[in-house]
Amino acid sequence: MSRSTMNWAAIDRDPRFQELHRRKAGFLWTLMAISVAYYFALPIGAAYFQDLFKVKVWGPINVGLVFALSEFIVAWGIAWIYARRANTQFDALAAEINANAAGMGGGR
Amino acid sequence: MNVRRTLAAALLALAPFAAHAQGAVNQDYRFLTFAVFGAIIALTMYVTYLAARRVKSASQFYAAGRSVSGIQNGWAIAGDYLSAASFLGIAGLISLYGYDGFMYSVGWLVAYITVLLVIAEPCRNIGKYTLGDILAFRNKPKAAKTVAAISTITVSIFYLTAQMVGGGVLVKTLIGIDYEVSVITVGVLMLAYVVFGGMVATTWVQIIKAVLLVTASVILVFFTWMPYGFSLPGFLDAVVADPKVQAQVVKLIGDPAAQMSASELGQRFLEPGLYLKNPIDQISLGMALVLGTAGMPHILMRFFTVPTAQDARTSVIWAMGIIGGFYVLTLFLGLGAAINVGAAKISSIDAGGNMAGPLLAQYIGGGESSLLGNLFLAFVAAVAFATIVAVVAGLVLASASAMSHDIWVGVVKGEHATQEEEVRAARVSSVIVGVLAIAIGILAKGQNVAHLVALAFAVAASSNLPAVLLTLYWKKCNTGGVVLGMLVGAFVAIALVMVSPNMTYPLAVKATAQKTIDATPAKLEKANAELAAAVDDAARATAQKALDKANADLKAAQGKLEQFKDQTTSLVGLEKPLIELRNPGIISIPLGFLCVLLGSLFYRDKRAEEMWDELYVRQNTGIHAEGASAH
Repeated sequence: MSRSTMNWAAIDRDPRFQELHRRKAGFLWTLMAISVAYYFALPIGAAYFQDLFKVKVWGPINVGLVFALSEFIVAWGIAWIYARRANTQFDALAAEINANAAGMGGGR
Repeated sequence: MNVRRTLAAALLALAPFAAHAQGAVNQDYRFLTFAVFGAIIALTMYVTYLAARRVKSASQFYAAGRSVSGIQNGWAIAGDYLSAASFLGIAGLISLYGYDGFMYSVGWLVAYITVLLVIAEPCRNIGKYTLGDILAFRNKPKAAKTVAAISTITVSIFYLTAQMVGGGVLVKTLIGIDYEVSVITVGVLMLAYVVFGGMVATTWVQIIKAVLLVTASVILVFFTWMPYGFSLPGFLDAVVADPKVQAQVVKLIGDPAAQMSASELGQRFLEPGLYLKNPIDQISLGMALVLGTAGMPHILMRFFTVPTAQDARTSVIWAMGIIGGFYVLTLFLGLGAAINVGAAKISSIDAGGNMAGPLLAQYIGGGESSLLGNLFLAFVAAVAFATIVAVVAGLVLASASAMSHDIWVGVVKGEHATQEEEVRAARVSSVIVGVLAIAIGILAKGQNVAHLVALAFAVAASSNLPAVLLTLYWKKCNTGGVVLGMLVGAFVAIALVMVSPNMTYPLAVKATAQKTIDATPAKLEKANAELAAAVDDAARATAQKALDKANADLKAAQGKLEQFKDQTTSLVGLEKPLIELRNPGIISIPLGFLCVLLGSLFYRDKRAEEMWDELYVRQNTGIHAEGASAH
């Protein structure tokens, strides 16, 4: 692979890169915050809301079990949402920047 | 590359197993375990033989030529991550404590969200082979690589020790071969994979192990769940109604049990609070898992084995599917063992519950005296052995890479080394780390190492993750912050554990032992009276058992008194723990982040500032990312 020096500051300023940055940053940290909050709700709930966790919803299945199982669904769900967005939007934007990078800011 | 000779050495190491030792696997059927494990060794050694011919360059040795596909890497991550502790340990916790054991498993999956969202792709885009490469991108290379290597080796040694010692004990409990023999066997095998086959062989060993582990779990769950028509409420109804489960709940909660009906007792097994009592400790452990996994050097290293960032993404998605699916299966394995085998029998062989899965396998196959039952048990035991080897191989490769690539080539040789020199250095480093791991494994025999896994994650979360995350996402981050944060984070995490209740406190141990000794005469008297009054063989056997147990307890307590005779303080000179916290993460992780922030603000580093645009553009776009090598 050729190692021509890029004008990185120019690529950073390019509206296409700014667009990628804007779309990605907020999206990633939002997903991250949701997943961390949802995860820590489980041990906190199990410690301080035991009466709620014991409520039976379907035969012997109680709220606690449903919540614990939902942690798996939520983790997989977040992974799926991220992968879909990355595959459809971020990759295309990155590829476009990649293809035009050498010409940005007149750098070479 | 004399792979055949190593294979012969590995088989020789297996041969002199102590004939008198007794494990969960029946003596008459032990050959089955050896046959299954032998087949696994043969297959993995063949793969290593093929790999050894390919591994000629540094990129091949450290990163399998970046030619591993996303799906393959997903399986390899699962194989790298699912240790014997998760395979046997979590099923065991569920079988003994029900709900809490399952809750414990959740964090191990959620950890991969951090890996997926903010770590895997950027690291693939800017990294080369090691954690040190990521940190050296914009920070001063020599300083960054030195602290990264120190941290990598520290984390890996903690985790390695837990794996070697825990693995040795497990194999002894399972198959009855001597502790030292199993440690040396694991060590020799792992060295053969890593030294000859590098990352190529390690990857395939991990894939093979993950496939075996998942296959074994799926088969066991299928037969456990089938009698209940694959109905979840139906299965759980059986758990609630099971007298063994109810007896275990009585044992765990004590007096309040008298006020509860049988079905209430059974239902209690599916409710929280039987095992995890301190929520702060749990949250602290949760933080270490969720942030530490993304900072584990042997996991980070896996992302350099795929051709592009997109493949890194695919591999995390697959790993999450496999790892999460596996933990859902452990719910059935654990509860299945609780109703079919029973907590009393499981904890009689191993107090931590590690034998729940293997004993369930024996039951599913038809029980203790059936050929199929023992075949199943043998298969699970062999998979457990393969599990230890695969995880250890990943860890040794990670620390050897830090030693050869970061320290020797990066710092000592100033990046001037030929491909042959670097591969040779990597192989020598692997042998050093491998021999060290075997030595530590043998020296640490009998030590309580269970908390070392949690400590490894805590150090990774307090040291590696803050440094990597802020290097990738914070413009002002620089060498000063990285060095300060990594050293303080790791030091504080370790120091907190040294003064925590995890350590051995001779005074407390002696007090407990004295209590046992004081209680023994009464116990002996009672057992003797029962023996004299026994009218049939069954009663006589029960009384004799109680008598033997009282005597054994007495002997163990006297041994403890003798062992700690002249000691009054722990390893660091404390009579009792300074803090009640078992997991240091809740203190050391924020401190690690804080030190990276402060260190960066108080240190001037022009290069780190100038490199920011390049780093940020490259981590997001993959421009100039290391490509797959032709081979």
